[in-house]
Amino acid sequence: MAEATHDEVHRHPAPKGFIRKYIFSLDHKVIGIQYILLALSAVLVGMIMSVLMRVNLSWPGSEWSILGTLFPTGAPGGVMSDSFYLSLVTMHGTLMVFFVLTTAPQGGFGNYFLPIQIGAEDMAFPVLNMLSFWVTFVGFIVLLTAILAEGNLTVGAWFSKLGASFAGGTGTVGPIGGWTGYPPLSALGPIAGPGQGAGVNLWIISIAIFCVGSLLGALNFITTLLNMRTRGMSLMRMPLTCWAWFTTAILALLSFPVLLGGGILLLLDRIAGTSFFIPGGLFVSGSLVPQHNGGSPLLWQHLFWFFGHPEVYIAILPGMGATSHILSTFARKPIFGYRAMVFAIFAIGMLGFFVWGHHMFISGMSPYSAVAFSILTLSIGVPSAIKTFNWLGTLWGAKIRFTTPMLFAIGFVSLFVAGGITGLVLGQTSLDFFFHDTYFVTAHFHLVMGVASIFGMFAATYFWFPKMFGRMMNETLGKLHFWITFLGVYAIFIPFHAMGMLGMPRRYANFGEYAFLKNAHSLVLFVTVAAIITVGIQIVFYFNFFWSMFKGKKATDNPWEATTLEWTTATPPPHDNFAGVMPTVHRGPYEFAVPGAPRDFVMQTEPEGVEVAAGLGERSGNGGNGHKH
Amino acid sequence: MGRVLGIAIWVITILSVLMFVTKHWWFPESISEHGPAVDHQFMITIIVVGVSFAAAQIGLGWVVWKYRDSASAQRATYSHGNNRLEVIWTIVTAVVFISLAVMGQRVWASLHLHAAPPGSYQIEVVAQQFAWTFRYPGKDGVFGRTDPSLINDEGQNFVGLDETAPNAKDDIQVSTLVIPANQPVELILRSKDVTHSFFVPQLRFKQDLVPGMKIPVHFTATKVGKYELACAELCGMNHYKMKAYMLVLPKDEFMELTNLPPAQFLTKKDELLNKYQLPQY
Repeated sequence: MAEATHDEVHRHPAPKGFIRKYIFSLDHKVIGIQYILLALSAVLVGMIMSVLMRVNLSWPGSEWSILGTLFPTGAPGGVMSDSFYLSLVTMHGTLMVFFVLTTAPQGGFGNYFLPIQIGAEDMAFPVLNMLSFWVTFVGFIVLLTAILAEGNLTVGAWFSKLGASFAGGTGTVGPIGGWTGYPPLSALGPIAGPGQGAGVNLWIISIAIFCVGSLLGALNFITTLLNMRTRGMSLMRMPLTCWAWFTTAILALLSFPVLLGGGILLLLDRIAGTSFFIPGGLFVSGSLVPQHNGGSPLLWQHLFWFFGHPEVYIAILPGMGATSHILSTFARKPIFGYRAMVFAIFAIGMLGFFVWGHHMFISGMSPYSAVAFSILTLSIGVPSAIKTFNWLGTLWGAKIRFTTPMLFAIGFVSLFVAGGITGLVLGQTSLDFFFHDTYFVTAHFHLVMGVASIFGMFAATYFWFPKMFGRMMNETLGKLHFWITFLGVYAIFIPFHAMGMLGMPRRYANFGEYAFLKNAHSLVLFVTVAAIITVGIQIVFYFNFFWSMFKGKKATDNPWEATTLEWTTATPPPHDNFAGVMPTVHRGPYEFAVPGAPRDFVMQTEPEGVEVAAGLGERSGNGGNGHKH
Repeated sequence: MGRVLGIAIWVITILSVLMFVTKHWWFPESISEHGPAVDHQFMITIIVVGVSFAAAQIGLGWVVWKYRDSASAQRATYSHGNNRLEVIWTIVTAVVFISLAVMGQRVWASLHLHAAPPGSYQIEVVAQQFAWTFRYPGKDGVFGRTDPSLINDEGQNFVGLDETAPNAKDDIQVSTLVIPANQPVELILRSKDVTHSFFVPQLRFKQDLVPGMKIPVHFTATKVGKYELACAELCGMNHYKMKAYMLVLPKDEFMELTNLPPAQFLTKKDELLNKYQLPQY
């Protein structure tokens, strides 16, 4: 912080060795890119799994010889078994929620840009930052072994050496409890059926490791933001991205410990004979389970969803931050209602801790608490609506530049509305009688927490890529990617609502058993085709990403004519971000189209007096110049 | 690009709204007393949802069409917002959303915040991995004692009935749920192994069956016929095959059936399963 208060130049050179520079790096920028690469790997696996699931639903019995080779027991002869389908359901959900939606938005872009946007040299605790990534990486590897330990005989044999709890290659696949892992199914072990052995233990361990990594990250974000803002960077002058990352970090700090605790208890139930979640008197697979007594399956659901609902906001808040930031930049217009946006982000985050029970209306929980949870749930729609109105307000009277990041940001707004609004249906107890655990729910959360969040991240990638790698991504490929993906995700997830209207339950490996689902077959096929196309087009994104890194057009320091601190420094930024000269901030983050200013944007670092019409920025009291005390 | 994007957003909006308006994929017929109220509440909600969805998307399409960058040198409007607008839309959405939330508790309260009405017919529902068992108290109207250590799936004693207990002799265990029309029924839901969920789409009713808990629920079916009962909570490998039929019988036919001794009950039930057909979908 000394650098921030004195103008003397005090450089921190980058480490020289390859390992300290790129592998075990303490630099938040390198760690950010590591998180992004981790997310890109995880999302690839998760997407392939979703295609495999769709293919199995539309053409049961299809043969995939590679599956047969990798998973001789789960997919004998390359034909997916029902339990293999369920293990895909579980792995897809876990990979996407934890290793994609929690890593890229926060650990990736947050790590890279939060310190630069507030004018800091690095995160507050660089070693902790490095640890948080590598802990998360270990979690990822453990998760991948969860499906291989039982499904692949070779990997299974290695694990068998670790003792009975990890004995794999048993002729099953796993884990197959869904990403929510409800006990007793997930707690009883192999007697509960295939896919309940070593795979589930590894799945729990993976999530527990992930919790630790996220906690370390959250501590770092909060401390950095509160302590390391540069001179003039008052809270109300921070970009909305920083508010989003800050709120997300608070959510992670308060919710991940609960999941960690729950995970440890679940693991103890499985390997140490405890009974936190297993009641007495069970009769499973033809025999009594006398060794367990007194546990509560609902306890897990409360612990899980106390984490699980804030997790939804952990996934989407950074996307909201990025979208606000990018919309304002390419609208060439200040964000509409900065202060309202800040309050809305915080309100969503805090209310998010009081609504977990809406996942449990029909769980056997007290129906009175369901009423309270239901009303609180619909209240969360209010700050969400405020955000939407303000985004539209930002575009109103704008001069929009349709760059690829802007297209994805607009796509985010559209998808957030489409996905979020059905929360009004699902949040009502009376309607949950029908819709709970149907495809209507699947449609809702995929649109809002899945695709909208991902659109936020696509927007962020195209937007910040030039700063991160010094080269532009290809715009033509970017636009192609946007159009197919935008139309594709609607084509996939809008029909899910129709399946939900018919009552189609989630997590079914096959719908052929039920006459009431007969009319869904055309929809199922349509969605499968749309999914294959949409996943296929992501190749263009991957190609663009890696090709542009080396061959893209060279980027200038501020290619988008944006206003915040990351665009004032070199491209890519030096190891200490500002080459030892810490910036001083004079104004709010979204000063576009300022009357009288020489250009249509005014950087945060430009001294006051640029505008001819003095005081214009304060007129609305919406953060134009931040606090003036 | 702005025009194309605007049009694309409008087209998506129109198609999405049409999917609901045409009702091509819609709820199956409602066959419970509370069903029409659920459907009504859904209609109110989906209208609010549809109008908000369409308004937001059409608005979004319009601003990207209208405010696309043109060659003119004129800058965008310099505005940081409007506090009056913020207050207005906050209050309006709060009133609409919270009203919906309060209305959305009515059916729930009528079923879950009240005990089963007097005269409800009691049936025990016991779920286990991939099968349903329904227990009827028999002629005496009283359930016999059960004990998990007496469970014998091969011996068709799925619920662990103590056959020596005084009220157990006439208890009937059957794999089809048979209920009377126009008479409240109370189901006592429990599970032997993992969590399952009782779901009959036509009933507009769903409830988890949780091991270690006995969850009483009640409703009244109104239409005679044969329906499918599905498990709606992931319970293992054959989750999707965990299906049973539900027969809703005229009251006299139901009384006649439930007064039969166990063996004849089962034969008669099979006859009835053939007699009634699933609805046309």
